[in-house]
Amino acid sequence: MKRHTRRQVLQAGAALAGSATLGFPSISYGQSDKIKIGHLTPLTGFLGALGAYAQLGIRMAAEEINQSGGVMGRQIDLMSEDSVNPATAATKAQRMLEQDGAVVLMGEINSASALTIMQVAARNKKLYMQIGARSDALRGKNCNRYTFHVDIPNTVMVNAVGAALLRDNMVKGKKFFTLTADYIFGHDLLGAAKRFFSANDGNLIGDELIATDVTDFSPYLLKIRQAKPDIVCSNLAGNQVTTLIKQYAEFGLPYPIVGFNLNTADAWAAGEGNLAGTWPTVWYHTLDVPASKTFVANFIKKHGKPPENHAWIEYISLKIMAQAMNATKSTDTEALIAYLEKETEFDILKARKGHFRSWDHQLMQEAYPFTIKAKGEAKDKWDLLALGAAVPGPNEKLEVLAPTREQNPCTL
Amino acid sequence: MFLLEQVVNGLVLGGYYLLVALGLSLIFSVGGIVNLAHGAFYALGAYASLEIAKYTGFGPSVVLSPVAVALLGILFERFILRRFYTADPVLSLLVTFGLAMLTEQLIRIIWGASPLPATIPPTFRGSIIVGDFLFSRYRLLLLGVVAAVLLGIWLLLQKTSFGRVVRAGIQRPDMVAALGIKLQPYMTTVVMIGVGMAAMAGAFFAPITIVQPAMGAEIINVAFVVVVIGGLGSFWGVVIASLLVGVVRGITIHFAPAAGEASIYVLLFLVLMLRPRGLLGERIEKFE
Repeated sequence: MKRHTRRQVLQAGAALAGSATLGFPSISYGQSDKIKIGHLTPLTGFLGALGAYAQLGIRMAAEEINQSGGVMGRQIDLMSEDSVNPATAATKAQRMLEQDGAVVLMGEINSASALTIMQVAARNKKLYMQIGARSDALRGKNCNRYTFHVDIPNTVMVNAVGAALLRDNMVKGKKFFTLTADYIFGHDLLGAAKRFFSANDGNLIGDELIATDVTDFSPYLLKIRQAKPDIVCSNLAGNQVTTLIKQYAEFGLPYPIVGFNLNTADAWAAGEGNLAGTWPTVWYHTLDVPASKTFVANFIKKHGKPPENHAWIEYISLKIMAQAMNATKSTDTEALIAYLEKETEFDILKARKGHFRSWDHQLMQEAYPFTIKAKGEAKDKWDLLALGAAVPGPNEKLEVLAPTREQNPCTL
Repeated sequence: MFLLEQVVNGLVLGGYYLLVALGLSLIFSVGGIVNLAHGAFYALGAYASLEIAKYTGFGPSVVLSPVAVALLGILFERFILRRFYTADPVLSLLVTFGLAMLTEQLIRIIWGASPLPATIPPTFRGSIIVGDFLFSRYRLLLLGVVAAVLLGIWLLLQKTSFGRVVRAGIQRPDMVAALGIKLQPYMTTVVMIGVGMAAMAGAFFAPITIVQPAMGAEIINVAFVVVVIGGLGSFWGVVIASLLVGVVRGITIHFAPAAGEASIYVLLFLVLMLRPRGLLGERIEKFE
């Protein structure tokens, strides 16, 4: 077979470009033929366990995309690193754009790190797909037009669990005691929780802010006992939740516990019989959707364990990004933003498709409240959660749980 | 009343710091080495206990795991620490720090980054209320174990010929050598006991804390603070400092929760201002 020389290809390309309008400035001659994607996620610290799953998920998507011919015929080069903390995350994000040639940024779980990466993206006018951080402020008062958010925001998690609590008559006139992660995510979640309580006649009688490196919760548990609440409510993050669940079971306090944030890896780490209550999730591997089941089966074949929700969300995020690049035939920031803002529907391995809301760049999707399976009901050690019906319900708009324009101060 | 509850709870928590800190202090006092890898043995103790518990259940696992790690401690002393007793302290700091990182990564490779689940055996779940105080049954068990270990170590150091040599070795290693006693086998035993205690703390704390690769790095900070507050070479100094650190943290969380984690470092600062050698630190010539 006659091979085309680089010169011929360039000439042909130049002719094509000349015949079209000047719509593809990003495919320049100097660019390497791989599409470089900068990916940051916490691999150490209190969110490290979640980040490990995130990395497995996005790598699996990259491999699948590359095996099926890549994006626009080019392979994806995924540069994935530990984001460590907000300052390091920003430094690495800047370096990935400036020196490593990343065309877009993706990832993150820590809301504080996501915020600094968002600023880097805006400064460099590059697209950042913020995948796993849930703070309302990121898609609210701190929103910017270069960032799109995949994971469900705090308000949706509160509303998802809240609906289940209202149904069970566990809000009106009840006394709540909350434990809150002491950083932007927790503060934000507490804000959403307070709005929910006051809208539904729940009383917040006490709250404790807990630093993310605390490993002993006993002094806080004693304070809960003194306050004698009706319900204890967790606004914690990452492995804080695991510690709380374990030590709450250790002390065996009589008050039912619920939570507005839980990732399945943190539930798995809690150990059998320790977890109780009603919690929200964005996805779970037992979800009864064919596409989701295929993904789970492939993941288990590869890694010997089921994917956690952060593996799922990173997987679909890269697929969304690849779809956007293929559809626009471009890695240009403005072209991608325009495509995502069109509220294009994406298959996210759930019963209903998702789309990014144009005015705050938040992915609209189903969420699920869950309770804990009774002993003996679980098929294996991963099968802990009894998923409730998806919210919003099949006849409701996906937007009903999300903050409205009046509630959300975001202006892009 | 509520404050008193926090004080009592702090004492229980202090017992847990003690298991890690006492071994760290012993190795420091006898060998002059700050064992930054001490937390790694704590983590290994936790992981080993979970592996063993798969076959034997909880009871034997918390005994066998410390024993296994203590044996590892012999190799650690024989092939690594022994080279650094007389060397520049910076070298032993570097080598133990490196070992801590190496162990953390090995754990990550072998057991993965995700925390492993662990549960309290049903008998020790829940709490008992004595008067107005709430105690976790499991922590009471833990307190009993710590007291027994403490008594054992105290008897070993004070009432045996082994202990006499170790105590003399802390103060005047040159004199011990002049009397024709080789300190090395004693050092091996001290390291073995020290890391074994750290592993025991790891095994007992697996069910109520998070078993994850970096757990060793978390505990070493507190243990180090305890050792410095207590004072070098002092058995009771470490005991008092552990309890003090637990209580100060509990009281601070009662009044000013946000300052809870910082409180122990403030305590460290104050103690060092007033007593640079720590609360009960003795004057040890080789460290002056």
